[in-house]
Parts: sequence; C-alpha cells; structure tokens
Amino acid sequence: MTKSELIKLVSEKLTNITKKDMKVIVDIIFDSMIDALKSGERIEIRGFGSFKIKDRDARCGRNPKTGDLVSIPNTKTLYFKAGKELKERVDY
Amino acid sequence: MTKADIIENVYENVGISKKESAKIVETVFEIIKEKLETGENVKISGFGNFTLRDKDPRRGRNPQTGDEIEISARRVLTFRPSQVLKRMLNN
Repeated sequence: MTKSELIKLVSEKLTNITKKDMKVIVDIIFDSMIDALKSGERIEIRGFGSFKIKDRDARCGRNPKTGDLVSIPNTKTLYFKAGKELKERVDY
Repeated sequence: MTKADIIENVYENVGISKKESAKIVETVFEIIKEKLETGENVKISGFGNFTLRDKDPRRGRNPQTGDEIEISARRVLTFRPSQVLKRMLNN
C-alpha cells in the first residue's frame, strides 16, 4: 500500500470528508511526525509502535571500489520498534 | 509525541472538530495495521517503508539459563526511513 492508496481507503471509510481534504490531513499527520523527529523527539503510537532517533558516532569506512579510507561523519538514524499489538498481528 | 499530539496538530491546522481529527488519525493507523496484518508492505513516500520479513526458525539460547531453545519461524516488521527523511534528520 502506498500513501495515495492509504488516503483513498481512509476517505472511503470516513465519507464526510473529501479525498482532497483527506490528502491534506494525512500529509499533516506525517509532517507533524517528521517535525517531532527533527527536534529529536521520540514518537509513541499506542498499539502501533515507537520511533526514536539515535546518534551514530563518526567512524572510518572504506570506499568499496577503491579501498580508500574515508571518514564517515556522525549521523542521526531513525529506529522503529513495533508495538506489542502490531507485532502480534503481523506474526503468523 | 503521542497520538494525542498528532490529533491536536490536525485539529489546529484543519477546520474540523477534535473528535473528527481523532477519528481520522485512528483510522489512518488502523488501516496501516490492517494492511501489514495481511502481509502487505506499506510505503509512505517522504516518510519511509514498513516492510515485513519472514524469519526462518533458528536455534537460540536462554541468556539466563544457557539452555538451548528453538526460536520458531516468524514474521517481523521493520521500518526503513526514506532518503528524504534521513537527509532532513541530518542537517
């Protein structure tokens, strides 16, 4: 499922809002999550899961093609942990 | 940030009631969960992909007792943030 399919399914379920408005709302949902993550905030959605930013230290890597040493700066990475309910629902 | 904060954000930015905002936010996450439950991956452009992975059974150990145990085959959910989001987090 893609975002546009998600928007379509939500508007079919909640018919009092147009698909066009639903697109705006779904974008606000993900944008507000992105804003929170950008400010370093953790997100916890009950029954779904949590998103957390972790810092990765700078390290040395190698260019796999040439074998040259390259320095990789410290980066922020995003981790997702599925919540209990979702974990159980996706497992067979 | 919790679901309540997301609902508040929707409510503040769109001319709909708080109750309506809550209903939409709940429905969005419920539909994503339903799709993942049926084994379908979910791709949210600009955010990331929720991908299901089937894991083979493997032998493990109870870290407390050291007993060898069989870890059954299972399906797990992973998330990969989009390139766009990764870049946004790093500048």
